[in-house]
Amino acid sequence: MIFEYEVSGDDYSLAGRASSDIKKKLKQLGIPSPVIKKTAISMYEAEINMVIHADGGKIVVTLNPEQIKIVLEDTGPGIPDLDQAMQEGYTTACEAARELGFGAGMGLMNIQRNSDSLHIDTVIGQGTTVTILLYMNG
Amino acid sequence: MPVKYFHSVTLDEALCKGCTVCIKGCPTEAIRVQKGRAWITAERCIDCGECIRTCPSGAKKAISDPLSMLDDFDFKIAIPAPTLYGQFPVTLSCNKILTALKSMGFDDVFEVAVAAEILSRETRDYLKQQNSDNPLISSSCPVVVRLVETRFPSLIDQLVPMISPMELSARIVKDKYKDRTDRVGVFFISPCAAKVTDVKTPRGIVKSSVDGVIGIKDIFKELSHAVNHVENEENLNRARAIGISWARTDGEGSAVHSENHISVDGIDHVIDVLENLENGHIKNVDFVEMMSCPGGCVGGPLTVENPYIARNIITSRERSHQAPMEHDSSGEGYNTIDMIGLQWTEEIESCATHLLDPDYKKAMEMMEEMEIIRQGLPGLDCGSCGAPSCKALAEDIVRGKTTETDCVFMLREKIRELTREMIELESRLPPGLDR
Repeated sequence: MIFEYEVSGDDYSLAGRASSDIKKKLKQLGIPSPVIKKTAISMYEAEINMVIHADGGKIVVTLNPEQIKIVLEDTGPGIPDLDQAMQEGYTTACEAARELGFGAGMGLMNIQRNSDSLHIDTVIGQGTTVTILLYMNG
Repeated sequence: MPVKYFHSVTLDEALCKGCTVCIKGCPTEAIRVQKGRAWITAERCIDCGECIRTCPSGAKKAISDPLSMLDDFDFKIAIPAPTLYGQFPVTLSCNKILTALKSMGFDDVFEVAVAAEILSRETRDYLKQQNSDNPLISSSCPVVVRLVETRFPSLIDQLVPMISPMELSARIVKDKYKDRTDRVGVFFISPCAAKVTDVKTPRGIVKSSVDGVIGIKDIFKELSHAVNHVENEENLNRARAIGISWARTDGEGSAVHSENHISVDGIDHVIDVLENLENGHIKNVDFVEMMSCPGGCVGGPLTVENPYIARNIITSRERSHQAPMEHDSSGEGYNTIDMIGLQWTEEIESCATHLLDPDYKKAMEMMEEMEIIRQGLPGLDCGSCGAPSCKALAEDIVRGKTTETDCVFMLREKIRELTREMIELESRLPPGLDR
């Protein structure tokens, strides 16, 4: 089953809607609570990153009995140094995002910590695709 | 065996006009309007009392126990919630209110605010022992506990596993009078509908020590009369500022002395913060006080006074009760707290009330069907169908509870189609006449 979301990049107050909707769906499907929590945290962080750094994009969530696959695709600036971005505390978030409590430099770390697999494809000037996998029995 | 679904919040069919106001405000989508009246789904209701607040016809009510229940017991003790102090002007002392309450047929009075002070201290210690990154969530509001178990089960482990001040008060007085051979009854004087449910079907414990829950609004008239006729005030007030403050938002949060706590009130805000907790967005916070009612317990559906005025009264009373606790260790009959036990003995179980089907494959099929139906609906969330949103209607259709024609727009479309077909049929003559 596939769910698609367009994420707007200009309204922080709407950030997190796609994650919230997926969370509700997972609850309706009876997915175990720990998996829902891990999915909620990792997808939310990735969605927020998309709003802060890439001016929005598209999220595709694919559900099957074994796993939850979340693909977040944007046409933003790309990540110049992925290793650096993965470090706790490193942030390139703008002041506006930080004032709203985002951009503490924990995003990618949190995704990695809460997902079973994280893959990032990024090209400077073209965009980033983040693929997150969570296993139902994980 | 406890009743699985008891609810204090009920509907008076005679008063319900089927107006659909209540379906919009229900935080768990537990209400539907069908056949001209509202229906509450028992497994989804969390007794928050939102529908009581919003129903324009006064059809939603909270059942509490009548004062006549005192007749079933030989020795009666009232345990009033600290909120009671907010229902009377500051000029009337706490002792006067308690003396008046006692005169209404009780043999003793014990303030729940005193138990709240004990629990503040215990929660403080419990917080210090925790090393988790996840904030702890207060479990003192029964609506929040039920909300977590139904909508946010992944947060169950973050609830503070401690009994409520009401329950502790009942245990303290039951312990104090344990040697009595006659029937001892403990009655909670409540601002809260959910406390009635919490006593009948408790969470975290096997059985409540409270025998009855009497709504403040149900005794207010008689109590006001009694307050005005108190001649000799008894010295019954033991509670200090910390315990009294639990009646309002941030009372408990401040009482646990956490440097990084947040206090949330109002069911919508509570849900929003629980969503954020589930998303891991709330960081650097170690304790979250949550109260379902606006302003805290002072905004409870069984209160009389406006919550903002009540809150102001509570704050004034806190100022005049600043002296340190007199009953911290002994001498008051509740120095046996360790033996009474403050922690939950039963696990809180996840009650997935929105689950489409226990079989994942079937649930998935239902969800796919739901998505198709939802896309066909107008998406106006007008509530005319009796469901709170088009999404909820799609869910009801998939569950087999209703059909698409409950949607007035779909019905109109259907009628238009039928009319077109009828006109077309009307234009066709039988072959014998068609010249």
